[in-house]
Amino acid sequence: MADDIMLSLEGLAKNFGGLAVIDGVSFRVPRGGRTALIGPNGAGKTTLFNLMSGVYPLDRGSITLDGARIDGLPVRRRIACGLSRSFQNIRLMAHLSVIENVMLGQHSQIAGLRQMFAPAQGRRGAPARVMAEERLRAAGVDCDPDAPVSGLPYGTRKRIEVVRALMSKPKLLMLDEPAAGLNPRETAELSAFLKGAAAEGLTLLVVEHDMAFVRGLCEHTIVLNFGRGIYDGPTAGVQDDAAVREAYLGTRGPPAREAGHAA
Amino acid sequence: MSGYAQGIVAIFCINLIFAYAIFITAASGQLNLGGAGFQAIGAYSAAVLSNAGWTAGWATVPAAMAVTALAGFLIAFPVLRARGVYMVLATFAFAEVVSGVLLRTKSLGGAIGMVVPDYLALPALAGSAAAAMLFVFFLMTTRFGLAIRAIHDDETVAGVMGVGVRSMQVAVFTLGGALAGLSGALYAHHFSFVEAQYFNSQLSIFVLLFVLIGGTQTAWGPLAGTLFFTLLPELLRVGGSWRFVVFGAAIVVMMIVRPQGMITRALADRLSPRHWRKAPPAIAARGRHGG
Ligand SMILES: Nc1ncnc2c1ncn2[C@@H]1O[C@H](COP(=O)(O)OP(=O)(O)OP(=O)(O)O)[C@@H](O)[C@H]1O
Ligand SMILES: [Mg+2]
Repeated sequence: MADDIMLSLEGLAKNFGGLAVIDGVSFRVPRGGRTALIGPNGAGKTTLFNLMSGVYPLDRGSITLDGARIDGLPVRRRIACGLSRSFQNIRLMAHLSVIENVMLGQHSQIAGLRQMFAPAQGRRGAPARVMAEERLRAAGVDCDPDAPVSGLPYGTRKRIEVVRALMSKPKLLMLDEPAAGLNPRETAELSAFLKGAAAEGLTLLVVEHDMAFVRGLCEHTIVLNFGRGIYDGPTAGVQDDAAVREAYLGTRGPPAREAGHAA
Repeated sequence: MSGYAQGIVAIFCINLIFAYAIFITAASGQLNLGGAGFQAIGAYSAAVLSNAGWTAGWATVPAAMAVTALAGFLIAFPVLRARGVYMVLATFAFAEVVSGVLLRTKSLGGAIGMVVPDYLALPALAGSAAAAMLFVFFLMTTRFGLAIRAIHDDETVAGVMGVGVRSMQVAVFTLGGALAGLSGALYAHHFSFVEAQYFNSQLSIFVLLFVLIGGTQTAWGPLAGTLFFTLLPELLRVGGSWRFVVFGAAIVVMMIVRPQGMITRALADRLSPRHWRKAPPAIAARGRHGG
């Protein structure tokens, strides 16, 4: 049933300088589900996110979000369709404060020039700012909202990015290694926070190397290796899958067809 | 006020508006090294309209702003096709074209220049400068201001967040054009004379320096930079021919001591009254008691 599908990728392909980085990836993400996207370093996970959010143009394939094709849309329109993301290497705006970064996440919600030019949006007590502060608090981000973002600890900035991505009220939230660099307490808090967001109807697609985090959060896992999907099923079955073990442990090295790409 | 002091205040007001014109694009990360070209368009528009008898209610000033805004809008498309230093060079080339055309157009007086019949006195300049400054301060508190500062830091991520990067960049060029046009029109009406040689590349470089040395992170930067650049040469006047050397050295020292500009975000925050009141940061306080 298409109604149960939030995101559907069909035959996605992307080459960089003749190297097939994404090589015919197709999968579906169930509505309201918590799906993990894992794979060894260089498998193409981040590239897939960049294709979905429109940072890179596709070579081939289609992306359907909640029943609508989005692969032809410019970057700025995709967030308004309900697709939001975070970045693997934190990409907060260095010269903006915490609250300004989070409020930037509301940009796609702005309706018309009147809101665009309404004064003092960042003042204490302004409705948009109050909403942003509430979200920060709910995510357990404990810092001065007016502090410049550049001086904050890594784990704090990482979570601010998650909050910024949530401000657009997305249907699908794509997180690229959200737990990397978080301490165990922060990781547990993030997991609980994301479960809460999913319980309210948000669909999650999470790239993460921390398998304990993945097992705790995601019921469904897709494994990518050399730009191809090699596993798509319950998270519990990942570690027993022969192809996945081979990809991670590299017992036989990359299969012959991938060796062909590199040549 | 002596005539000498009045002259300095008039130039300060004109330069301040001009600096805000350049600041608006610089705040979004686009450096405009063709400021003099825009200011010249504003000054000559006002001069031509004034000679044509457009004096009622000083309609020449808004008309010159509209013409220059249109020039900014149109030039944004070819200029923004280039990236980084090439974009900067494109704005520079634009100003050279404007200056060349003005010098060679007989009907605009060519190298001799043009007399501007209607005189605007100092209070009008001061009022316009204050209004331009308030306008830019206001703009920086809006979503529009937030979006252009986001583009300055990371164009890609700003786009992912839904910001129409290209239209914002065109918008700041247009607004910058309007402000540069205002500064040019006031120049024409106050000094009652325009000549193409005044709007040269040195002027473009200077106004960009006002903005970069003042700081592009907050709207205080252009004020600080313009004050510094207008007053320091006057203070150094006593030093005779060495003053240009001292002036140049002062610029180099500023760049070493404050590479982000005289007024940075952190400095503005530290000096703001809010900081002194020491309001507790809402989130930190509640988070600690709740946890
Ligand atoms: N812009 C680019 N130009 C050229 N090659 C690229 C580009 N982006 C990614 N690649 C290559 O594509 C491959 C996949 O990279 P990607 O960042 O998507 O991997 P990943 O699965 O996210 O890995 P990691 O777990 O290390 O983050 C790598 O070999 C990388 O070098
Ligand atoms: Mg990656």
